[in-house]
Amino acid sequence: MYAQMVKSTGSGIKSREEMSPEERHFQDRVDAGEKIEPKDWMPEGYRKTLIRQIGQHAHSEIVGQLPEGNWITRAPTLERKAILLAKVQDEAGHGLYLYCAAETLGISRDELTRQLLSGKMKYSSIFNYPTLTWADIGAVGWLVDGAAIMNQVPLQRTSYGPYSRAMIRICKEESFHQRQGYDIMMKMANGTPEQRRMAQDALDRFWYPSLMMFGPSDAESVHSAQSMAWKIKINTNDELRQKFVDQTVPQAEYLGLTVPDPDLKWNEARGHYDFSEPDWEEFFEVLKGNGPCNVERMAARRKAWDDGAWVREGLMAHAAKHRGPVAAE
Amino acid sequence: MSNELPLWEIFIRGQHGMSHRHVGSLHASDAEMAIRHARDVYTRRNEGVSIWVVRAADITASAPGEKGPLFDPSNDKVYRHPTFFDIPDDVGAM
Ligand SMILES: [Fe+2]
Ligand SMILES: [Fe+2]
Repeated sequence: MYAQMVKSTGSGIKSREEMSPEERHFQDRVDAGEKIEPKDWMPEGYRKTLIRQIGQHAHSEIVGQLPEGNWITRAPTLERKAILLAKVQDEAGHGLYLYCAAETLGISRDELTRQLLSGKMKYSSIFNYPTLTWADIGAVGWLVDGAAIMNQVPLQRTSYGPYSRAMIRICKEESFHQRQGYDIMMKMANGTPEQRRMAQDALDRFWYPSLMMFGPSDAESVHSAQSMAWKIKINTNDELRQKFVDQTVPQAEYLGLTVPDPDLKWNEARGHYDFSEPDWEEFFEVLKGNGPCNVERMAARRKAWDDGAWVREGLMAHAAKHRGPVAAE
Repeated sequence: MSNELPLWEIFIRGQHGMSHRHVGSLHASDAEMAIRHARDVYTRRNEGVSIWVVRAADITASAPGEKGPLFDPSNDKVYRHPTFFDIPDDVGAM
């Protein structure tokens, strides 16, 4: 998902007997559906895992602006341009809501940025794929935001209060994103033969990377089990992927487009579509930094941070001058 | 990077005359910039008619450990709720 392969600390779920009284009280609160707030006692592993997960999610929102930003200047009409601009601006907002949620756990914004730029923290693999044509902007909204929604809707119920509140805000804004993407796909799929080809080509290229967004199967993972016990993960990766496929296939059919999977078929007995797994080798290569756009994405983020330095410094100098001398903070 | 832009808490009053409500936080160099950013980050869909910004460092919060002493006393004053009193239906609306 936007947060992939987040490993919780520790080696598995502790039994109630192994837990300290604080841990037991904490787990009881989580089990009872209470929200954990920043100043409440929490296990160190919970805090660290959440920083990684929320931070990665925030970075994904920010880096995710790049593939779409690529088309703002070349959107086919003024209306499409305004819509795309608003959509990309929303993603900046999502990044900010999430950074703030992460900061309540005791890590600073600058530190999060430093860890992204140094490569220590990751962002979603999906944003290392290029957006080659206008139809890709349709496919990104439809499939990438669609996959993100699958993951984010259940996370509104996550145990950590600030994260849950950020997710609620984000989910309110996401359905616009997916709909504008699907709207582009409808136009393209019903357009000239060339536009149709572009729409099909976009689906061909984004289908498997979208399935990868949910991460490899984690049914056996102790990390996932711990995250689920803490309610910072609600569903397994496979559950969400299946849900996404079940929802998306009829939408592709409506467009008259073909999902690039010869083995895709409805399984009456399961009540779900059977489908092919994406190429997990490719996924791990992209995570390692060897995807088509990793280098470009990080270079763009570094440049933005470095080029903005004089603005940040100037703003702080201005604020200091107008505040006058103050006691050290 | 100790020169990090400080954190501000953002409060927005919505359309319908409700109180300002906390919506989140953001980083800004000063109050004026905080209001400008709050406009962009928290009112993109017409959510508000008024913005308050407060430096996060200026907020004093109650400690979670004080929950008991602070809030338990109100638990045993059930008569503060109107449903505590049984008023016969014949009396009419009250
Ligand atoms: Fe988003
Ligand atoms: Fe989105």
